[in-house]
Amino acid sequence: MSQQPMTMPEGLGGVTADWSADKQAFPVPWGKAMMWIFLLSDTFIFSCFLTGYMNVRMSTTVPWPNPSEVFALTVAGKSIPLLLIAIMTMVLITSSGTMAMAVNFGYRRDRKRTAMLMFATAALGLTFVGMQAFEWTKLIMEGVRPWGNPFGAAQFGSAFFMITGFHGLHVSGGVIYLTVVAIRVLNGFYDRKGTYETVEVAGLYWHFVDLVWVFIFAFFYLW
Amino acid sequence: MAYVAIADRDHEHELHDPQSFIRKYIWSQDHKVIAIQYAVVAIAIGLVALVMSVLMRLQLGFPDTFKLITPDHYYQFITMHGMIMVIYLLTALFLGGFGNYLIPLMLGSRDMVFPYMNMLSFWFYLLAVLVLVAGLFVPGGPTGAGWTLYPPQAILPGTPGATWGIICMLASLAIFIVAFTMGGLNYVTTVLQARCRGMTFMRMPLSVWGIFSASILGLLAFPALFVSAIMMTLDSVVGTSFFLPAVSSMGENLKHSGGSPLLFQHLFWFFGHPEVYIVALPAFGIVSDLLSTHARRNIFGYRMMVWAILAIACLSFVVWAHHMYISGMNPYFGFFFATTTLIIAVPTAIKVYNWVLTIWRGDVHLTVPMLFAIGFIFTFVNGGLTGLFLGNVTVDVPLSGTYFVVAHFHMVMGVSPILVVFGAIYHWYPKITGRMFDERLGKIHFWATFLGTYAIYLPMHYLGILGVPRRYYAYSDSIDFISPSVHIANEWISISAVFVAAVQLIFLFNLVWSYFHGKPAGGNPWRATSLEWQTPDTPPKHGNWGKDLPVVHRWAYDYNVPGAPNDFIPQNQPPDGSVPAGRDHGVKA
Ligand code: HEM
Ligand SMILES: [Cu+2]
Repeated sequence: MSQQPMTMPEGLGGVTADWSADKQAFPVPWGKAMMWIFLLSDTFIFSCFLTGYMNVRMSTTVPWPNPSEVFALTVAGKSIPLLLIAIMTMVLITSSGTMAMAVNFGYRRDRKRTAMLMFATAALGLTFVGMQAFEWTKLIMEGVRPWGNPFGAAQFGSAFFMITGFHGLHVSGGVIYLTVVAIRVLNGFYDRKGTYETVEVAGLYWHFVDLVWVFIFAFFYLW
Repeated sequence: MAYVAIADRDHEHELHDPQSFIRKYIWSQDHKVIAIQYAVVAIAIGLVALVMSVLMRLQLGFPDTFKLITPDHYYQFITMHGMIMVIYLLTALFLGGFGNYLIPLMLGSRDMVFPYMNMLSFWFYLLAVLVLVAGLFVPGGPTGAGWTLYPPQAILPGTPGATWGIICMLASLAIFIVAFTMGGLNYVTTVLQARCRGMTFMRMPLSVWGIFSASILGLLAFPALFVSAIMMTLDSVVGTSFFLPAVSSMGENLKHSGGSPLLFQHLFWFFGHPEVYIVALPAFGIVSDLLSTHARRNIFGYRMMVWAILAIACLSFVVWAHHMYISGMNPYFGFFFATTTLIIAVPTAIKVYNWVLTIWRGDVHLTVPMLFAIGFIFTFVNGGLTGLFLGNVTVDVPLSGTYFVVAHFHMVMGVSPILVVFGAIYHWYPKITGRMFDERLGKIHFWATFLGTYAIYLPMHYLGILGVPRRYYAYSDSIDFISPSVHIANEWISISAVFVAAVQLIFLFNLVWSYFHGKPAGGNPWRATSLEWQTPDTPPKHGNWGKDLPVVHRWAYDYNVPGAPNDFIPQNQPPDGSVPAGRDHGVKA
C-alpha cells in the first residue's frame, strides 16, 4: 500500500504498527505461526489433564501413593527414588539441545549436519519412549492398573497412565515427524523449496513436548 | 524457484484448476467447495435434530397420544437434538461453512494457508457426523444423558445409551474436535498472515472479526471437552474413576470411588460457555455486515464493535460457573461468577446499541437478509435480557432447571444465530450460485419463522416462572403445581413448533429451485463494498481473483459517502477514483 510508512516506529509503536500491518501480523512463515497457535491449543489440553489430575487427587478419599517410593529403582540392592525418571528427563532435555543445534545448522543450510542432528533427536526421543515402556511394564507387573493399584488411591494409576500415555503419544508422533523432516532435509527437499523453516517448526513442536514433560515431572512425580 | 502457497500466489505463478470431477468437487482443496461441503452436511444433520425436536414437542403437547415415544426415546431425542444443534450444526456451519467461504474472499486471499489440511478438516467432520449417526443404531440406542452429558448418570445403567451410545457420542466429539482444530488453525492463521495488500486488521469486515475470534475461542475451549471426553471414556470402558464417586446403583455398590462429578461440570462448562460465543460471535459479525449493507449506512462504531468482540471473547473464559450455581459453590465464587457474567453484558449491550444506531435513519432496504438481521436484534435482546436475570445467583437458583432457562438459551443461541444463518445464506446465495433466490418465498419463510419462534419461546418464559421443570417427559396432573394453563401452553407451543419446522421446507425448496431457475444475479446484486463482491467471476473461480490479487484502500463500510458518485465504494476502489484492476462487472459505475 502506498501510504505505508517506510520506516518502522520504535518501541511499542513498532509493535502496534507491526500487528496492524496489512498482509501479515507476525513476520514469520505461515507454518510457524500455525504451529505456535496449535501449541497454545495443546497447552490447554495438557493443562486440563493436569488440572483434572490434581482435582481427583483432592477428591479421592484414599491416601495418594508416595511417588518417590513407587517410582524407585533398585540398583545394587539400594532403592534409589525417581532414578529412571531422572534419566528420562535428562534424555529428553538433551534431545532439545540436539534439536536446537539442528535448527541452527538448518539456518546455515548445512544439509548433512541438520539431518544428522535431527536423527539424533529422534533417537533420543525413541529412547525416552522405550524407557517409558519399561516403566509402564514395571508398574503393571507390580499390580498398578488404571482402575486400581496396591499402593493407594485408584486415581493414581488412572492419572498416571492417561497423562504419561498422552504425552508419550506426543513424543512418538514427534519422532515420526522429525524423521520425515530429516529425510526430506537429507534428500534436498528444502533446498529446492528454498527454505528450512519446516525444521524450525518441527523444533518448536519438539521443545514444547519437552516443556510439557517438565510440568508432568514436577506435578506428578515430585509432588 | 521459491515455493509460494496458493493463498499468496500473484500473477507470476500459474494457477492450475483441478480438472477431474473428483478433484474439483469431492476431494477438493478449494475453500469454497469445502465450505459448501461443510454447509450441506451441517444442514443435513441439523434436519435430523429438527425432526427430533418435533417428536419431543408432540410428546409434550399431547402426552399419551404417541405411544411410540417412550421416556427413553424422549431423553435420547433431547440429547441428540441439543448436541447436534450446538456443535454439528451451528459450530460447523458458522466456522466450517461461512468461515471457509468468507475468510479468503473477504480478505482478498486465494485460499486458506494450508488447503490440504483444510480439506482433511472436512473429512474428519464428516467422519464425526457418521460416528454420531452410527450411535443411533448401536444396541441401547444413542445416549440420553442430556447434551451436558453429566456423569455419573451418563455412564451408569438407567440412563438410555449408557454403554454404547455414550461412547459413540464421546468418540464423535473427539473426532469433531480434531476436525475443528485443523480447520480453526487455518482460519486463524489465514486471518493473521494472509490478507491482501492494504487489508489491515482495522479494515476487515466484522464478519471476519467474528469468525476469527470464534475460531480462537474454539481452539482454546475445545481442549477441555476433548479431555473430559477422554476421561469419561476411560471411566466407562476401562473402569477408572475420574468422574465417579462411590455410587450404589440399583442396589449394588459399583467398583468406582473417589472421583469428582463436579470436575466434569467444570471442564464441560469451561468449554460450554465459550462455545455459546463460538456460535454467537460469527453471528454478531455477520449480522453487522448485513445491517450495514442493507441499510446503506456505515456500521456505527466500528472500532467499538471490534473491541467488544474481543472483550466478549476474553470474558467468556471467566464466567463458566454461572451454569453451576445449583451444583453448589462457595458464595464468594458465586459472587465472582455473577459479577463477570453481568460484566460481559456490557460489551454485548454496546453491540446491540451499535446495530440499532446503524440502521437508525438509514436507507433501510427490507430485503430478505435484512429482515432476518432485524429479526435477530429482537430475539437477541430478548434472550440477553433473560440472561441478565439468570446471571444472578439468587434469581438463577429457583429458575435453573425450569423452562425459563430453555427459553433463555433458545432465544439467545438457538433462534438468534439461526436467523443470522438464514440471513447470511440469502445474502451470499447470489455469490455462491450466481443466481437470485425467490424473494417472495424468502419473505414468507422469514415471517413464519420469526413469528413462529416467538409463539414457541415466549410462552416458555411463562412456564419457567410457574416452575415447570425442564427435561421432563410428561407433566401429570398429580403434580399439583402444574396448573391446567401449562397444558394449554404446551399444546400451543407444540402446534407452533410443528408449523415452524414445516416452514423450513420452503427454505430448502427455495435453495434448490433457485439454483436452477433463479434470475442471474450478477457480481454484486446488493451493491456491497466488501471484497467478496468484487471478484472477477461469479461464482468465484479457483484462486478467486483471476490474475491479480486485489489491493484494498479503505474499510468495508463506505456506504452513502457524501460526494461519492455511487452510494457505496468498494474496498478495492483506489482513492483517485480509477477502476480497480481485474474487475469486469462489480459495479455499474
Ligand atoms: C447477556 C448475556 C448472557 C447472560 C448474562 C447469560 C447468563 C446465563 C446463565 C446464568 C445461564 C445458566 C442458567 C441455568 O442453567 O440455570 C445461562 C444458560 C445458557 N445460556 Fe446464557 N447468558 C447470556 C448470553 C448467552 C448467549 C449469547 C448464549 C449463546 C449464544 C447463551 C447460551 C446459553 C445456553 C446454551 C445456556 C444453557 C445451557 C444448559 O443448561 O443446557 N447465553 N445463561
Ligand atoms: Cu454461560
